[in-house]
Amino acid sequence: MVDLRVNLGGLCLDNPIIPASGTFGFGYEFADLYDINILGSISLKGTTKEPRLGNPLPRIAECREGMINSVGLQNPGVEKVIEEEIPKLRKCFNKKAIANVGGFSLDEYVYNCEKLGVVDEIGIVEVNISCPNVHAGGMSFGTDAKNAAEVTKRVKAVTNKPVFIKLSPNVTDIVEIAKACEDAGADGLTLINTLMGMKIDLKSRKPVVKNIKGGFSGPAIFPVAVRMIYDVYEAVKIPIMGVGGVMTAEDVIEMMLAGATAVQVGAANLVEPMACKNIIKELPALCEKYKIEKLRDIIGGAH
Amino acid sequence: MKQSLFEIKSNRKIARDIYEMVLEGDTSEIIRPGQFINIKLDNLFLRRPISVCDYDDKTVTIIYKVVGEGTEKMSLMEGGMLDVLTGLGNGFDTEKSGDKPLLIGGGVGVPPMYNLCKKLIGEGKDVTVIMGFMNEADVFYKEEFEKLGAKVYITTNDGSMGMKGFVTDAMKELDGYTYFYTCGPEPMLKGVYDTSVTEGQLSFEARMGCGFGACMGCTCETKYGHKRICKEGPVLLKEEVIW
Repeated sequence: MVDLRVNLGGLCLDNPIIPASGTFGFGYEFADLYDINILGSISLKGTTKEPRLGNPLPRIAECREGMINSVGLQNPGVEKVIEEEIPKLRKCFNKKAIANVGGFSLDEYVYNCEKLGVVDEIGIVEVNISCPNVHAGGMSFGTDAKNAAEVTKRVKAVTNKPVFIKLSPNVTDIVEIAKACEDAGADGLTLINTLMGMKIDLKSRKPVVKNIKGGFSGPAIFPVAVRMIYDVYEAVKIPIMGVGGVMTAEDVIEMMLAGATAVQVGAANLVEPMACKNIIKELPALCEKYKIEKLRDIIGGAH
Repeated sequence: MKQSLFEIKSNRKIARDIYEMVLEGDTSEIIRPGQFINIKLDNLFLRRPISVCDYDDKTVTIIYKVVGEGTEKMSLMEGGMLDVLTGLGNGFDTEKSGDKPLLIGGGVGVPPMYNLCKKLIGEGKDVTVIMGFMNEADVFYKEEFEKLGAKVYITTNDGSMGMKGFVTDAMKELDGYTYFYTCGPEPMLKGVYDTSVTEGQLSFEARMGCGFGACMGCTCETKYGHKRICKEGPVLLKEEVIW
C-alpha cells in the first residue's frame, strides 16, 4: 500500500493533489462530477476585497499545448466569498481549503488575509502577488523582492494560518524573491503563476484577447515550472506547492522530485474535468512502478 | 454535465463550409434545446463548444462551420470516437413562448433553432422561423424546418435567395408573434433585440476556456448580475441583456 500523504506547512494532506486557483471555482461546481473529498485540498478562486467582473471578453485564447487567459481576478469579493461561497463548499468538502488572496495594495492584501485567516474551513492562505492580468497591484508585488517581502511581513502579522506566497515566473531571478519571502516569514511558496503570453489572430491581425496579453498556462509551461521549483528548492527551507502545466501522475512525481511538497493541477481541469480524480487514481500504481513507498520521501529527490 | 465517448455516425457537408455531424452515445444530460456540447480533439488543447441542433435518446446532431483548426479537423472525420462533455448551458425555456413564437437564426446560429422548433411545434405552437445567411450557398435546413411544420422565411444579404437584406428586415414585416428566440452573431442579436416588439430569449456565443463554469473565461454583465455564458447562459432573457 503506497502512502500518498504529505505534510504541507503543518497541514496533513491525504495526497499532494490540489486544484489550482482559478481553474476550480469554489470547488462545489465540481462536486456534481466526483466526490471532491478525494482531493488533498483545493485552492479557491482568487479573492479581492471588492467584487470584480474581470477584464472584457474575449479573455481566452488557445495556444499550442496551452492557453492564454486574461480573466483578471473575477470574484464576488471577500465578504461574499466568506458568507456564500465557502459555506457552499463546506456542504461537499470536509477538508481544509486554501484561500487564494489577491490585492491591489498592501492594505488590501492585509484586509483580505485578516478576513479569510479566521475562517475555519481555511487551512492555508495563499497570497497571489503574481496575477499578470491586473494593471495595478497583482504582479507588481511579485516582481520585486522588497515588495514581496513587505507583503509577506504585513500578511503574516494578521493571520495565524500558514501563509504561502504565490510567485510570478515573469522575473529575472525567482530565487531572490523566494528567499526574500522566506526571510520575511513566509511558511511556504507556490510556484509558478502563469507566464505572460500573447496570441495574435492571422485573419483579424489583432490580439485574440481583448486585454492584448494574458497568462499562459498548460503543458507547455511544465518544464519552466519544474526548473523554477528546482532552483527555489535549492535556496529555501520552506515547503513549495508546485504548479504549472501538470497533466498526468507522471508530472506530479517529476514536480515532487524537483522539490514540490504538494502539486497543484490547473489548466488540465478545464479540458479534462476529471483530471485531478484521474491523477489521484493513477498515483499508487505509478509509485509502485517507480518503487516509491512513501510519496513524501521523493520530495526534492532530484537534487 | 456528463463526460462520455460518442461514436461518429455521419459527417456530411450541407452548405458552403457547413457540416452536419451525427454522434451516438449517452445523451441523458441534454435536457433542453439551446444547450451545447464540448468536444475534445487530438492535439488541440481546448475543447470545441458546439450547439446542439437536435437530439434524441441516443444521438445528438450538431452543425458546425469550418472556421479554424478545430472545425477543419472535425470536417475531415469519417468515423471513430469523440470525447464529449454534454448537457452544458441553460438552453431555451419554451414555457414563455405564447401561441405564436418567432425563431430567428443567423448562419451557424440556425442549428439550435431546429430542436427548439421541433419542441415548440410538439407543444402545439404556431412557429415562424426566419433564417438569415450571406448567400444562397450558405443556406441549410430550410426543408428540415418546413417538414417540422414551421413557416420559414429566408433572408440573404445579397438577395440570392429569399428576401434581400437582414433577418431584421423580415422581422419588420411580421406581426402578431407572441415571443422570440434568437441565436446568431452578436450584431444580429443586437438588431433583433432592437427590432423585436415582444419579450424573448437570445443565445450568445463566446470564446470559452472550459465550457462548464470553472474558468470564468466567458463572464458577461447582465441586469441580473454577472453570468457565465457557458453556465448561466448561453441563453439570456431580453430583459436582462446589457449591450
